[in-house]
Amino acid sequence: MSGTSNFQSNSRVVNWIEHRLPVFSFLDSQLHQYPTPKNLNYFWNFGSLAGIVLVIMIVSGITLAMHYTPHVDMAFGSVERIMRDVNSGWLIRYIHMNGASMFFIVVYIHIFRGMYYGSYKAPREILWMIGIFILLAMMATAFMGYVLPWGQMSFWGATVITNLFSAIPLVGEWIVQLLWGGFVVDNPTLNRFFSLHYLLPFVIVGLVFLHLWALHMHHSNNPTGVEIKDEKQDTIPFHPYYTIKDLYGLGIMLIFFAFFIFFAPNYFGHPDNYIMANSLVTPPHIVPEWYFLPFYAILRAFTSDYWVYQVMSLGGWLMTAKLAGVIAMFASILVLLFLPWLDRSRVRSSKYRPMNRFFFWVFVLDCIILGWVGGQAPEGALVLIGQISTFWYFFHIIIIVPLISVLERPKPLPDSIAASVTQAAE
Amino acid sequence: MKMTKTLTAIALGAAILTGAGAAQASGSGPKAPSKDWSFNGIFGTYDRAALQRGFQVFRNVCASCHSLDLIAFRNLEALGYSEDEVKAIAANYEVQDGPNEEGDMFTRPATPADRWPAPFPNAKAAAASNGGAAPPDLSLIAKARGSGGDSAIRVSMLQPSGFPLGADYLHALLTGYEETAPADFALPEGKYYNHYFPGHAISMAPPLYEDAVEYEDGTKATTDQLASDVSTFLAWASEPELEHRKNLGIKVILFLIVLTAMLYALKRRIWSDLH
Repeated sequence: MSGTSNFQSNSRVVNWIEHRLPVFSFLDSQLHQYPTPKNLNYFWNFGSLAGIVLVIMIVSGITLAMHYTPHVDMAFGSVERIMRDVNSGWLIRYIHMNGASMFFIVVYIHIFRGMYYGSYKAPREILWMIGIFILLAMMATAFMGYVLPWGQMSFWGATVITNLFSAIPLVGEWIVQLLWGGFVVDNPTLNRFFSLHYLLPFVIVGLVFLHLWALHMHHSNNPTGVEIKDEKQDTIPFHPYYTIKDLYGLGIMLIFFAFFIFFAPNYFGHPDNYIMANSLVTPPHIVPEWYFLPFYAILRAFTSDYWVYQVMSLGGWLMTAKLAGVIAMFASILVLLFLPWLDRSRVRSSKYRPMNRFFFWVFVLDCIILGWVGGQAPEGALVLIGQISTFWYFFHIIIIVPLISVLERPKPLPDSIAASVTQAAE
Repeated sequence: MKMTKTLTAIALGAAILTGAGAAQASGSGPKAPSKDWSFNGIFGTYDRAALQRGFQVFRNVCASCHSLDLIAFRNLEALGYSEDEVKAIAANYEVQDGPNEEGDMFTRPATPADRWPAPFPNAKAAAASNGGAAPPDLSLIAKARGSGGDSAIRVSMLQPSGFPLGADYLHALLTGYEETAPADFALPEGKYYNHYFPGHAISMAPPLYEDAVEYEDGTKATTDQLASDVSTFLAWASEPELEHRKNLGIKVILFLIVLTAMLYALKRRIWSDLH
């Protein structure tokens, strides 16, 4: 990691430790003196917010695990025991439940910010890719966490999603049985999901560490997308400037978070999850959690008459529509890994890329439409809207992004971060 | 700044979009009308008199078929009963205990620590006595049939048209029976027509009628009154923490607003030497 520290201490204890393990100079260079562009806007708060929500989730989750019983006969009851009989159990559970939604809100804004300002571009490609892996790990964790209360949506969501893997040729059935630990979603499924739900957050912590390591190699991108040229002119030390700015942002987020915990704790959930899982009764309308809805819409867009499927499968010959949907769903996230190479523009920030800016907002709108379609029963015009939005999602990333990065004539960039700040002040 | 505005516009647009795209899931009934419950809103609390009357309706009417597994007698203190009153209520019920030292199961009067005794020993027995459909447990019914007993905002992410409030749905269901089904509706044998039940054909016979219960506090027991009271009671059974939650929530949010304002002032001050 770059960044030097002129750390000095008068304390003999500190110096004794520092000589053996340079933890103080490390923290000093990475958190205190760490040079940060002076022009970051509030969209740069969401990275640290995500980190804090992760900690909130781990602490509340460990506490819940002390009271939860991963058994099909007792899981639902043990959650209600937490809600009713454990001291402040309702609070801990509602923090954890709504924390999952907060985590995705914060992370989705963080990702869109990276896309708008071109934060994925060289030399930050690996930083970006680790971020995508964090998103994947979050999704797996959230999906398995939703199964644990063993309500109707837990059970049927788990059944629908795990069944998707059966579409994979040759090994599909084997994978599904491995996920289930048997031939149906049952106690072994619940047990292994609980075990993995406890494990994966720590994998995320490891990935976050790598994410920060990669970040600190070349420092934060900034709204101009111009690299730091002169540390003195362009940057300010992380502490106290960004510690206080992040804390202020945290205050705003906690107010938003607290509103849901205390006044609308079940807003993001589904009422059916307060009915205990019953393998004999299928809910009329199985929907995943809101943060999966865009991907669910992509999955369901692939009907046998969808022309994208017809092309993909060479007229239905190569694969089933179900498999095509599953591939598209995973591809919709994995394709983001290639964004640094699909976007060939030398300018990072969309502030100076009018065409890219326009299409960025169209893409955001497309994702919102996908989310909306994903939450509805797939009937009538919704099927077509879902299919057009699915097409646009991939068309944007694979065709539009490379195309405009070549065609577009970017606006002139400021000479430096410092110059952009003085310009704005004038 | 411009960016923030654009983002707000998008968020608002999305909210309107989801609100307008109200498509009810197939098979659900019409949306229950909103009632003005005492526990609505961020300052809402349960009306103790309504809770006690609702408990009386539950005890005398619902409890003969429905269980209430998650409620213990001790929880009834939240309805405004004293410890002794709860003991007296519990003593009216018999629960199974054991095995004793001879290895036999036995029955004894309930104590405050016991859960509410179920009317049937198991779901099969409940179904056999009720024309094949086991009456659902009512402990979480307000949360399982709506947007939670009380959510301050009545919309839901997953049902843009909004799930009805749990208590609204229960009240509408209990007062939503119609003597005769519409002419074009084929009502199966042994079912009843209910305006608000998803699919309209419900197995539960109309449970409430005028003066079905003689209220201890002398309130006139109209069907509507009975339905309101028992819906309040069931909302409480689903969310016994509601009052504590809202009360704490107001304090937490006030604290956070003051803290955030102070952090903002500090941020302005720390950053002032840069500009």
